[in-house]
Amino acid sequence: MLLNQFLLLAAVLFSVGVYGVIVRRNGVLVLMSIELILNAVNINLIAFSTFWGMGGQVFALFVIAVAAAEVGVGLAIVLLIYRNKRSIDIDALDELKG
Amino acid sequence: MSLAAQLVAQVGAPVSFRGPTIDYHALAPEIVLSAAVVVLVLLDSIKLERAKAYMPVVTNLALLGALIPLLTLAYDGGTRALFGGSYVVGPMPLMLKAMFIVTTYVVVLLSTNYMAEGDYWESEYYTLLVSSLLGMVVMASSRDLIGIFVALELLSIPAYMLASWRKGDVRSNEAGLKYFLMGVFASAVLLYGMSLVYGLGGSTRLEDIGRVLADAPTDGVPVVTLALVFVVIGFAFKVSAVPFHVWAPDTYEGAPTPVTTFLAVASKAAGFVALISLVFYAFLPRADIIEPLFFVLAIGSMTVGNLAALRQTNVVRMLAYSGIAHAGFMLAPFVVAGSNPFRSMQSIVVYLVIYAAMNLGAFACVIAMARQTRSAELKDLAGVVRSMPGLAWCMVLFLASLIGMPPLGGWYAKFGVFKVVVGAETGLGYATAIIMAINTAIAAYYYLNVAKTMIFDDPPEGAPVRAPRTPPSLAAAIAISLVATFAFGILPGLLTNVTSYGPLALGG
Repeated sequence: MLLNQFLLLAAVLFSVGVYGVIVRRNGVLVLMSIELILNAVNINLIAFSTFWGMGGQVFALFVIAVAAAEVGVGLAIVLLIYRNKRSIDIDALDELKG
Repeated sequence: MSLAAQLVAQVGAPVSFRGPTIDYHALAPEIVLSAAVVVLVLLDSIKLERAKAYMPVVTNLALLGALIPLLTLAYDGGTRALFGGSYVVGPMPLMLKAMFIVTTYVVVLLSTNYMAEGDYWESEYYTLLVSSLLGMVVMASSRDLIGIFVALELLSIPAYMLASWRKGDVRSNEAGLKYFLMGVFASAVLLYGMSLVYGLGGSTRLEDIGRVLADAPTDGVPVVTLALVFVVIGFAFKVSAVPFHVWAPDTYEGAPTPVTTFLAVASKAAGFVALISLVFYAFLPRADIIEPLFFVLAIGSMTVGNLAALRQTNVVRMLAYSGIAHAGFMLAPFVVAGSNPFRSMQSIVVYLVIYAAMNLGAFACVIAMARQTRSAELKDLAGVVRSMPGLAWCMVLFLASLIGMPPLGGWYAKFGVFKVVVGAETGLGYATAIIMAINTAIAAYYYLNVAKTMIFDDPPEGAPVRAPRTPPSLAAAIAISLVATFAFGILPGLLTNVTSYGPLALGG
């Protein structure tokens, strides 16, 4: 089996996603980077499930469904911020600190 | 053969699906709460404006209704394993479920006036609160990676919305977005760890994973370490352990205070419950990896949390940092998880329950006092003992409990953790105990500083002599927390009897 290649692909996607979350300052792009990490997770789960049976595929379905719900809520919050501040730059959120 | 006959042959032949047998009694609390969510949504959409007044009442009745099956299950005793051991209902899950439900009950009491007096969306608030509670209740029983993940998201997603509840207020929006981004990133990292754990363990059930990890203790060490570190880091965000705590003070300050209470008490406890399940049911064979990891998290959290709390001028923010420090104390028993799993688990659960009681009380007092002072800044609370003597003295009691003074509950929680950590007789255990002792002393300073400001300082100019009457729901919330704080301090056996009862040991 080509398990290695799948795991490498997932690891690269994961790293790109983490890089995006840390570097990007735009709320929507951070959300997209998180989606990359979740897709890395799905690749991992499905690659492993060729060895271990259906569990991983079921898990991947749950991840897809929950990710959709998360993004729905996230975009709503980003929209709320845009309405109040006319910007979705995360660095502009500096009302609370200390 | 015709096409239809072929299809029938294919569908009918080899695979026959049989649904699992479901123990409805064991699932009754979850069913009641799910029904409550549906009823609240329907009530909101049918009665609209008129429904607002009923919402808190219906919510609280539903929560009490969910407590009844918990009592009957506890009376029945024993451990029920559902879905092939993926969902376990035993003494410890029952107690944790009861804690979550009572905590949410108190949070609803705190919210009733707050939501009605402020400019808030009321009806949806209670729906989301119960949805989040449902996630926590599921979390208490889950013994499966999928179950834990779904429960985590079910409790988090409503909480993101609750944190940004003040739609027009930029501070609340900011609190919500910070909480959301941190939470989602943490759950993504957690999932990556879980996918590796699944690959190593060959199953999503914690029990099977634990068995595989125990059978192959030296195989694939780097991957095991990576997987365990990712999973623990994911939950470290949830329980706001240092260095993954940065969201907590901002979110706590910006969110509406009853929501802050819910996040600081219930949501954090749910994160700990998940950690307990994962560590004690699956990762225990690799204690060599998790113990140092938790050592760093525990001492980091208590030290950084306490030092940052020292220089806070806002009481809610101070309680946020104190919550980080308490999370460090709750993480400490994990450092000796390998030497005495049962005792460590027990001390964490006892700490969680007592911490919930005293922290709820402290937040309830802050909310009640802020009705008059209109802020939670420390300088505005100066001399409140003159206008609100009852509230001020209750607050002092809760602060004393947070310090860990007997006979209030806090002392027993801390004592239990010390006993376990020292009793393990490991180097890391002793080191943790010393750092804990130093931190207990540091923490006393800022709690006592709040007490001093409230009692001995002069009130600011123009403060009213008599405060407005505390509404009955707030008074009830404070009374419940006070009774629980005292009861657990004077009769700690109430908790230890439950946690040591029955087959709580591993696999139970």
